[in-house]
Amino acid sequence: MRHIISLLVENESGALSRIAGLFSARGYNIESLTVATTEDPTLSRMTIVTLGSDKIIEQITKQLNKLIDVVKLQDMTDKDHIEREMMFVKVRAEGESRRSEIQRVSDIFRARIIDVTDTTYCIELTGSSRKLDAYIKTLHEGDVIEVVRSGSMGITRGEKSLSL
Amino acid sequence: MELSGSEIIVQFLKDEGVEYVFGYPGGAVLHIYDAIHQQDDVKHILVRHEQGATHAADGYARATGKPGVVLVTSGPGATNAITGIATAYMDSAPMIVLSGQVPSGMIGSDAFQEVDAIGCTRPCVKHNFLVKDINDLAITLKKAFYVATSGRPGPVLVDIPKDITAPQIKIPYQYPESINMRSYNPTVKGHPRQIKKAVELLLSAKRPMMYSGGGVILGDAAQELRTLTRQLGFPITQTLMGLGAYPAPDPQNVGMLGMHGTYEANMAMHECDVLFAIGARFDDRITGDTSKFCPHAKIIHIDIDPASISKNINVDIPIVGEVKKVLSDMAQIITDSHQKPDQEALAKWWGKIKNWQAQDCLAYDRDSQHIKPQSVIETLYEVTHGDAFVTSDVGQHQMFAAQFYPFNEPRRWINSGGLGTMGFGLPSAMGVKLAFPDADVACVTGEGSIQMCIQELSTCLQYDLPVKIVNLNNRYLGMVRQWQEFFYEKRYSHSYMDALPDFVKLTESYGHVGIRVENPADLKSAMEEAFAMKDRLVFLDVITDQTENVYPMIQAGAAHNQMEISPDHQKRQNSINPEGELA
Ligand SMILES: Cc1ncc(C[n+]2csc(CCOP(=O)(O)OP(=O)(O)O)c2C)c(N)n1
Ligand SMILES: [Mg+2]
Repeated sequence: MRHIISLLVENESGALSRIAGLFSARGYNIESLTVATTEDPTLSRMTIVTLGSDKIIEQITKQLNKLIDVVKLQDMTDKDHIEREMMFVKVRAEGESRRSEIQRVSDIFRARIIDVTDTTYCIELTGSSRKLDAYIKTLHEGDVIEVVRSGSMGITRGEKSLSL
Repeated sequence: MELSGSEIIVQFLKDEGVEYVFGYPGGAVLHIYDAIHQQDDVKHILVRHEQGATHAADGYARATGKPGVVLVTSGPGATNAITGIATAYMDSAPMIVLSGQVPSGMIGSDAFQEVDAIGCTRPCVKHNFLVKDINDLAITLKKAFYVATSGRPGPVLVDIPKDITAPQIKIPYQYPESINMRSYNPTVKGHPRQIKKAVELLLSAKRPMMYSGGGVILGDAAQELRTLTRQLGFPITQTLMGLGAYPAPDPQNVGMLGMHGTYEANMAMHECDVLFAIGARFDDRITGDTSKFCPHAKIIHIDIDPASISKNINVDIPIVGEVKKVLSDMAQIITDSHQKPDQEALAKWWGKIKNWQAQDCLAYDRDSQHIKPQSVIETLYEVTHGDAFVTSDVGQHQMFAAQFYPFNEPRRWINSGGLGTMGFGLPSAMGVKLAFPDADVACVTGEGSIQMCIQELSTCLQYDLPVKIVNLNNRYLGMVRQWQEFFYEKRYSHSYMDALPDFVKLTESYGHVGIRVENPADLKSAMEEAFAMKDRLVFLDVITDQTENVYPMIQAGAAHNQMEISPDHQKRQNSINPEGELA
């Protein structure tokens, strides 16, 4: 099953490689991994999306918790949470009808066109990973020039938070 | 007190109570070596290879419970240490490795003797640190000792760039008495409700089995284990790493379990209805086929490492906590409850176990005209009155030592169980001998393994470490040969040890005593002679039966009731019925 796990880690140079190394050494899956510093500059917040059976996910969370640099961990999957991913797509947009079709579809997805040339559009879209997948499907495969995705990040709803 | 980085390191080690540092100098640690030179509190042991330094520190740590300390230079110094670091990691031995690094400004430039020690060691350390600022040096060292010795212990590497240790730069130093790390709080207290549930299950068992591992030794819980085991009257088996926590000669002990464990231990594992795992981690050499592991049992598991629980085998009652405390809590609860296990069921269970024991699975040919390796270990036991520290290398000799030297006390049996590192035996014996100069320290080895760290004979002479080396010389990489005999139709590919040195002469050239034993009749007197030479290192080169195999054996991936006991193939085939009992 797909799990989304949030981590607070020491903002140390080696922390990221320890976490990535854990996944590769033990043969765990990483769907996506995002990381950036938090409001507290000594801490980084990381979101990992991974796939695995319950048993594997249990090992993943335990092994992550065991890393000295990991300060706190939360598996959000079964908690009420919000999840978003951001994407840029550069797409070939030639001819009036093609250009307006892309615009129309983008409106439906609430995507924004953030850069325009005579032959291309660059589109920004935020949403669940599935929504991003769905949007790409609306484009003709040959038209897609470049896709940049941030990987998912998540936050739980309500009062509770992942903090110290 | 204003000190340079080098002086801080040495002063810190002294303040931390470190007696010995095992090391080897080089460019990146020259400043540190200069500081070591100017004091006598922390003694430096100059090994002959960095692998030796790590194993020696490891042996010291396992025998004493205190962390072993290693000092190596950058580049090849650090890479040579990796085998020993990984060895300590797999067996959870507390170790601190200080590695020199090229100066901060040169890191990343492929400087002379630069290697990314943090990256190289990351998968086989509990944690590692790169010191980037001299002001962080003392606190980082404190963290390293704290992490290495608390929770589930393990090796910690501290990589120190040369500029941090320069004599010109001095800063105020104060020993950091305590340390608090927000990201590291090893859980220590077992959950009371889980403990109560576990006791209830134990008391209701009809065919109980205790299975204890290295965690009991690391957690100094041998006494608590003995009390509880005797209170319950249950059979107990111990892993290769756990030997000695419960006294082997005791009637409740049914011997080691696993691939080369006893028939009775493995059969009792297979048949038990409650399995009580204590500081053991369900390693594949223990479980064999996990789908057939303890098929009738509810399982209780105490471990300090939550990640060890339900990793390989799902357990019914997990208890995360310090084994020592949990075991004593359990004993207390049982005393207070005035309850006892079902005595009738227990008597029946013991009856069954006695039947298994009657198969005498460790029997061997005592009338052979060749020296049988088993008899060498038995003689070692006799001559040392069962009271020696025994370190070992890896191979058949290791298994024979584990099977035939019944350890009475914890921390006496020191071997590389998890990583299985040939070369471990001699240097680890040096570490033990330094810690216990008056004790008998024997290194049981093979002619293959001993050659992997033979250079440490020189260290033994320099520091006067009269260990006794018992070389079970079968002219084969015996364990490899055994697998080739069983599973590769006797195609002995590269397992014959050709061109062996004359070990007696070799030992003599290192300034020690060498004795060769070729005749069974001479074994005991030679062993006595060796151990009578209290102040000399003696290398006993015992020429043993080349064809001997380690039995019993469960093939990798087979179940506990699929043991092979007799070396006679026909008998092997016929001897075990489908229920796994001897016909
Ligand atoms: C460093 C290392 N290399 C290879 C092995 C694989 N191995 C396991 S046992 C063994 C044979 C050991 O031979 P010896 O020391 O003579 O012991 P014996 O089995 O003959 O008693 C080998 C090669 C190992 N465990 N460690
Ligand atoms: Mg051999």
